[in-house]
Amino acid sequence: MSQALTSTKFGKYGGQYVPEILMPALLELTDYYEKYKDDAVFNAELDHYLKDFAGRPSPLYLAKNLSKEYGIKIYLKREDLVHGGAHKLNNTLGQGLLAKYMGKKRIIAETGAGQHGTACAMAGACFGVSTEVYMGAKDTVRQRMNVYRMELMGTKVIPVKSGSQTLKDAINEAMRDWVANVETTHYMIGSVVGPHPFPTMVRDFQSVIGKEVRLQILEKEGRFPDSIVACTGGGSNAMGIFHPFVEEDVDLFAVEAGGSGMKTTDKEALHSATLCTGEDGVLHGMRTKVLQNKYGQILESSSIAAGLDYAGVGPELAYLADIGRLKPCYSMDSEALDAFHDLCRFEGIIPALESSHALAYVKKAVASGELGDIVVVNVSGRGDKDLETVMGMRT
Amino acid sequence: MRIAEKFKQLKAKNEGALIAYICAGDPTPEGTKEYVTALVRGGVDIIELGLPFSDPVADGPTIQAGIQRALDGGMTPDLYFRTVSSLKLHIPLIVMTYYNLIFKRGLEKFVKDCAASGISGIIVPDLPPEESGDLLQICRKNEVDLIYLVAPTTTETRMEHILAEGAGFIYLVARLGVTGARSDVATSTGELIKRVKTATPKAVGFGISTGDQAAQIIHAGADGVIVGSAFVNIIGSGQDVPERLEALAREIKKGVISN
Repeated sequence: MSQALTSTKFGKYGGQYVPEILMPALLELTDYYEKYKDDAVFNAELDHYLKDFAGRPSPLYLAKNLSKEYGIKIYLKREDLVHGGAHKLNNTLGQGLLAKYMGKKRIIAETGAGQHGTACAMAGACFGVSTEVYMGAKDTVRQRMNVYRMELMGTKVIPVKSGSQTLKDAINEAMRDWVANVETTHYMIGSVVGPHPFPTMVRDFQSVIGKEVRLQILEKEGRFPDSIVACTGGGSNAMGIFHPFVEEDVDLFAVEAGGSGMKTTDKEALHSATLCTGEDGVLHGMRTKVLQNKYGQILESSSIAAGLDYAGVGPELAYLADIGRLKPCYSMDSEALDAFHDLCRFEGIIPALESSHALAYVKKAVASGELGDIVVVNVSGRGDKDLETVMGMRT
Repeated sequence: MRIAEKFKQLKAKNEGALIAYICAGDPTPEGTKEYVTALVRGGVDIIELGLPFSDPVADGPTIQAGIQRALDGGMTPDLYFRTVSSLKLHIPLIVMTYYNLIFKRGLEKFVKDCAASGISGIIVPDLPPEESGDLLQICRKNEVDLIYLVAPTTTETRMEHILAEGAGFIYLVARLGVTGARSDVATSTGELIKRVKTATPKAVGFGISTGDQAAQIIHAGADGVIVGSAFVNIIGSGQDVPERLEALAREIKKGVISN
């Protein structure tokens, strides 16, 4: 029973902390994933959808005006131009295709900002699989356009009213659904979180981002960048762009949400900076860094960007942070908004508030020199979904 | 009291066991003692006392609500062990909680606190055998039973492994899904009882709320039933709670001795 044990973990992080009901499903999923991940037919089909449906490869764009403004060469990885407006589709096409190969009739998912839910809706419609998405009731209000988008594509959106009514609770509810319907249903986790094999599998599907950057930057600069900066909630866009560079001499920066302040109470954190301030714990099937109180109760996290608003983080990121391979850092709500406006104004690109956290870190870190001369920033999504939030902040 | 001893006593009397779950601190820390006493009066054989966790993924709406009331009422692990120590029960007491609370307290300290406060078993619904090696060793050293769950989806290989490790009793999850009272007995329940071939007692939980269901499950070959949501519902109503807990316990206990 322990033969798969080492491969389920990143150092001490990861694992499979789930009810027994789900264990056979996780083992089945692991088997299928291992069978198809290097399968030529599967990969040819996935490549076809990534290219002709999702619009990949996404451009690597030299932001010349922003570079001039900030003082170093800034390349933007344009995941905002992927179909649906975010990197999320890379994963849902991969998992959707795998679910089809596994013969699953139904897909369920959780969503925070609604970007993953939207990407699930697209994959569900594309592959003809019935799709239901759990979304925190609070998030359905602040991201109502995404709810409507999902519904247009035939996905049922189920508002979650338990707990803090955000991403954490949507994951709880999706897991409860999966426990009841595990034989017919695939749970399409949207980030590099959850029990094994999800953190590994989602990372691999998202690694298309970093693989493209490798080719694109060599073509433009003849060398790798000095640093890569990505926003981090669960961490799928970060692992996607980092993973192909982990063995290279490139500094990696995981930018979390500092929210309205780096403070916590017994019940809540005013931020979502799990790598920066979290402690070892077990949540949503994985051992990782977790925002929790002294007893181990999970805190309600907070961020202006719904997609970063999560009390956990992918176990591989926790591991890479522990061994010093990536630097965890954070940007505040206000800094993210400022960087959002910079990119709109200087480059004519409206980034997601999530991605704006990465841009904000570049802005403030340039002075220290730690980013080097050439930085790649993952613009993980576009900001159209955030316009109401930003308009609400206008004074 | 050790769990095995209790099952031995019951077997000698040809009775099935009634294991009752409530959440400690639901709705106040003070209420728990009164409710446990009422359950014992009603004939409950083993008490499973929940230690509330903020993100209970294996629980349905009823127990989620109970857990929320307990957290709002101020229940903490420290207070939990103090409360348990003051109970002075003559029947086995089991803690049911999620792994993060054990992990955060420290495995060794948690198990020692259990042993010191009179807890004889631990159930952790989000800890499959793959991840439970460390806790199992510490439990064995401290003579506390780590109770494993098996489900209708559990494969034969996993079943063999779990039955070899499991202590106290084997917790049979009656149906796919989360906790919550149902009116029927799933067909998968009988099949699962037959598949679990072990000398360790077998107790069935998830969805049981009446004496009739309990009788069917004992008749199908189980050694006990676990009832949670039906009791937590009574606590949630706030109406004549001790009386109704005792009455429901008595009704279900009748079901498990009627064979």
